[in-house]
Amino acid sequence: MNRIEQVFRKLKKNSKKAFIPYIMAGDPAPDVTKKLVSDLEASGADIIELGVPFSDPLADGPTIQRAHERALHNGVTLRKVLALVRDIRQTSQTPLILMTYYNPVFKFGIEAFVKEAVHSGVDGVIIPDLIPDEAEEFIAFARQYKLDTIFLLAPTSTEDRIRKVINASTGFIYYVSITGITGSKLLMDETMKNTLTSIKQLTRKPVAVGFGISNPEDASAVASVADGVIVGSVIVKLISEGKDIAELTRSLRRAI
Amino acid sequence: MNTKTNKIPDSKGHFGTYGGRFVPETLMPALIELEKAYRKYSRDKDFLAELGSLQKNYIGRPTPLYFARKLTELIGGAKIYLKREDLCHTGAHKINNALGQALLAKRMGKKRIIAETGAGQHGVATATGAAHAGLECEIYMGSEDMRRQSLNVYKMRLLGAKVTEVNVGSKTLKDAINEALRDWTTNVLNTHYVLGTVFGPHPFPVMVRDFQSIIGKEARQQIVKAEGKLPDCLIACVGGGSNSIGLFYAFLKDNIKMIGVEAGGHGIESGEHAARFAGGSLGVFQGCKSYLLQNDDGNVLGTHSVSAGLDYASVGPEHCYLRDLNKIEYTNITDDEALKAFELLGNAEGIIPALESAHAIAHTIKIAPAMPKHSVIIINLSGRGDKDVQEVAKIKGITL
Ligand SMILES: Cc1ncc(COP(=O)(O)O)c(C=O)c1O
Repeated sequence: MNRIEQVFRKLKKNSKKAFIPYIMAGDPAPDVTKKLVSDLEASGADIIELGVPFSDPLADGPTIQRAHERALHNGVTLRKVLALVRDIRQTSQTPLILMTYYNPVFKFGIEAFVKEAVHSGVDGVIIPDLIPDEAEEFIAFARQYKLDTIFLLAPTSTEDRIRKVINASTGFIYYVSITGITGSKLLMDETMKNTLTSIKQLTRKPVAVGFGISNPEDASAVASVADGVIVGSVIVKLISEGKDIAELTRSLRRAI
Repeated sequence: MNTKTNKIPDSKGHFGTYGGRFVPETLMPALIELEKAYRKYSRDKDFLAELGSLQKNYIGRPTPLYFARKLTELIGGAKIYLKREDLCHTGAHKINNALGQALLAKRMGKKRIIAETGAGQHGVATATGAAHAGLECEIYMGSEDMRRQSLNVYKMRLLGAKVTEVNVGSKTLKDAINEALRDWTTNVLNTHYVLGTVFGPHPFPVMVRDFQSIIGKEARQQIVKAEGKLPDCLIACVGGGSNSIGLFYAFLKDNIKMIGVEAGGHGIESGEHAARFAGGSLGVFQGCKSYLLQNDDGNVLGTHSVSAGLDYASVGPEHCYLRDLNKIEYTNITDDEALKAFELLGNAEGIIPALESAHAIAHTIKIAPAMPKHSVIIINLSGRGDKDVQEVAKIKGITL
């Protein structure tokens, strides 16, 4: 059983939900990422998402866009993020997920990337601009080398799309809480509850919710309806301001 | 692979290996809705009648096919005709697509349209379409382009559009597209994104091509009337590729030489250009798979062209496909060559072309002399040069 599946099983047994923080690899500096990962673990992160910087992050709001720019400025590339993961794996067993746009993967070579990612200790990959319809090859290699493929669903997703995404996803399903980009404001409305309910009726795979969760209240509300809570922009913002993230991440963990 | 029996593009927008849909899941239902609506209205009598009437009475179609006698004499060789898209309302071919999409958005019940713009031509065209259709309109434009094209910024505002400055990345067209896609992702329920060229996720490359293909349909009839035969060669500049495919499409089965001209900027060796075919490789960017100027890590490179409308890192997927089939050739023209052609056409014919179109003229100047006198070239004069006059003066060190 892989690490992501194990985490969700264990949490479920204890009636707990997953806390999944996101940070940008190499932000504010490449040698800080390992320390940030261990800080996140210490504050109770169950799974950690590492952003891979890209020149044109079209699914991201201003906070994470700037993190992409900083990391690129620091010379971070997909290859370097994989090396970073290898290094982190020396001391950590926390599931690590890469959140990367598709072109760096495509340019790397899909099979080469999947192989290299698994070899480096990556557990799963989220690609916000890759829909299952275009992911045949990626999915095939991911199954072959045992890498989780986490696809996204949105409030606009129709039943047809929901089924497609469920089928293509392993590890968990990423439900985007709002029609929007990262860093938008969370809207805990009926649409979200209804969509989550209909997803849950179709699958037993875990569903984690992300986008717009910025404080313990949001986190707690989301945790009541999902299997995991993904928090990115607020953490990235604190990091960019040079502030300590421990207080925030601990309070998020408690709320979830 | 037997491409003959396969539909091109396929149902998911693939032109062979190119195209497709690489977008956030949030946009998928909107793209499917758009595809259905487009399929329906592109066969709808009322819609087509409305579009046809506006093409005639509002855009001013058919645009003339003008025999450039003096230019022909000056260059020597093939007879040169200009398809006068510069005479379209708002000054470029962009309105053919923008108006079509604005009408479609209205039929789809959308209240608001958004668009990206580089040179400002597509922004002005979309703002015009919005004003005509009675839709709210917001245009995204890089701050660098807003500075270069301040006249068009003011025009869009006069037309009632909101112009939003994009201050991230390279602050040019690609960043404006990112921002427009972010807006669309956020406001997808009431907003239609009027993409300005044959690029992005399916169905945009097909839909924009169809709206622009009127250029070639007219040109085909006009040249047969004028010359009693089809042309020997078609030449057009290629930014995203809409004016070129608009001209070429009606001639695809005719075995005619077709040449797409990309922006060579300061020359391919300099690395400062927007020649995707000469300097790019296969990539996935802003919604589709195509040739892309990128580095080894898959990050998109900055581009350069004197002409804002050609200054883009990727190119329409159907162009890649047609290039593989050897239906269209691609070449590039440097800033300096385009600037010379810009002046030449003004002097020779009394027509100031857009800097984009000047690239097509510059290439014609290179090849026409070697062609027989009875052969015929049609250049797509995609836009007029008013928008570029200030920038050209600046480049020449002239203060206005
Ligand atoms: C006059 C003119 N020609 C050409 C272009 C390039 O676009 P496309 O290749 O889509 O025709 C532009 C784009 O702004 C333009 O304004």
